[in-house]
Amino acid sequence: MSEGLLGSELFRLILGLVIVIAFSQLNALFLVWLERKVSGHIQLRPGPMEVGPHGLLQTIADGVKLIGKELILPLKADKKLFFLAPVLVFTPVLVGFLVLPFSPGLIIHDMNVGVLLVFAFSTITVLAILTGGWASNNKYALLGAVRSVAQNVAYEIPLLLAVLSVVLMVHSLSFSHIVESQKTVWFIFLQPLAGLIYLIAATAETNRAPFDIPEAESELVAGFHTEYSGMGFGLFFLAEYTNMFLVCAVATSLFFGGWNGLFGFSFGIPGVFWFLLKTYLLIFVIMWVRWTFPRVRFDQLMNFSWKVLIPLSIVNLLITAVVVKII
Amino acid sequence: MGYFKDIFVGGLSLIEGMGVTVRRLFQPLVTVQYPRQKIPLSSAYRGHIELKVFEESGTHKCIVCLNCEKTCPSGVIRVQGEKQKEKGPKTLTNYVIDFSKCSLCGLCVEICPTSTLVYSKEYELVGETGADCQIDLMARLATQVEKTREEKKTQEIAA
Repeated sequence: MSEGLLGSELFRLILGLVIVIAFSQLNALFLVWLERKVSGHIQLRPGPMEVGPHGLLQTIADGVKLIGKELILPLKADKKLFFLAPVLVFTPVLVGFLVLPFSPGLIIHDMNVGVLLVFAFSTITVLAILTGGWASNNKYALLGAVRSVAQNVAYEIPLLLAVLSVVLMVHSLSFSHIVESQKTVWFIFLQPLAGLIYLIAATAETNRAPFDIPEAESELVAGFHTEYSGMGFGLFFLAEYTNMFLVCAVATSLFFGGWNGLFGFSFGIPGVFWFLLKTYLLIFVIMWVRWTFPRVRFDQLMNFSWKVLIPLSIVNLLITAVVVKII
Repeated sequence: MGYFKDIFVGGLSLIEGMGVTVRRLFQPLVTVQYPRQKIPLSSAYRGHIELKVFEESGTHKCIVCLNCEKTCPSGVIRVQGEKQKEKGPKTLTNYVIDFSKCSLCGLCVEICPTSTLVYSKEYELVGETGADCQIDLMARLATQVEKTREEKKTQEIAA
């Protein structure tokens, strides 16, 4: 009886969903703490120190505060869309976890279109941001949402072109195939330009500084989530950090060898730890970038994508295609 | 050619910037965790006045001349003393200042003939009512005397 229940596909999916939701919450709690610590130490201050050892429990305290707060609905706002947006922003992120290759046996569902699925669903995040900004009935929120759409349209192209050059090399859209073919040499060494373009475009996709134009507080108050209070804001916040984990996990499996160790040596460390180690290192790099560079202007942002990233990624794709054909 | 040069030079400057911030990560912090951690005050710090404890007598030298009370432009100081003997000197019984009115001009410290008035190093002055601004220097003196006694003891033990 128990074996039949444990082996069934439905049970696996439910178990996977529970684990993914629990993991994404814990991950966001940890990342918010890490971000505050990194920003603090870069500015020569300690960051949160009061709640728990070195402020480790600070995010939990903040979360409890957010849950306890009133959800304020602005006058003349579109009520259904307004409350739909925070839920909508979180769903695509959860879908992405479905195909992430944590280790050879630890993929919830190893699809042969895994890469396509992650990027197809990650575009829904933009839709959620647009929904939230539109429904708020607030000029700052709407402006932030419009900017977010323009930015994501521009940066999705180099992102996908960079991913495509890896897919061309492996001839597969399945994450486990891509990771397996990096057993000895990571793709970052064969495709350094594509890797760099992916990381830059991913930073823009997750609306993080220096590309956080949609929520530029110096001009737009808080951008698309200006009108959100309490857990409405909390979900946007949670989604941002989970999204960050997702793009870094995808970068790890596409360019940094996924569960594989360094140059074929795993030093006896299980694949999951390799995967998580690399992912969190990449997340640290993204945080490091955020606390180093000032926010770019909107025209600079657009110029950088259309005049630099897209031409370079097209050239890179062409060269990859030629080399793959010759070899 | 300028196109590639711009990308290259720009990229180098970005890497340089990241080098600056990563070095900050390993530098010592400048934050002082205030209630738990305090830094030494400048010797020029002017807190409210207090009575100096002289080492030879172990107490103050106030002769209740009332010069400080008279010279104070804001009427902050109230001094009371009484004669122990019929024709003897006055001794201090009560010395209260209203710090909410004090402008820290220091005239009282300047005019004190026995140099028994000094600036304290007190800066934690939070109070809930106006009455908390009334500072009783005689009560304060008792704790000061205790403190110097303890310091002497620790010094003797160390010696």
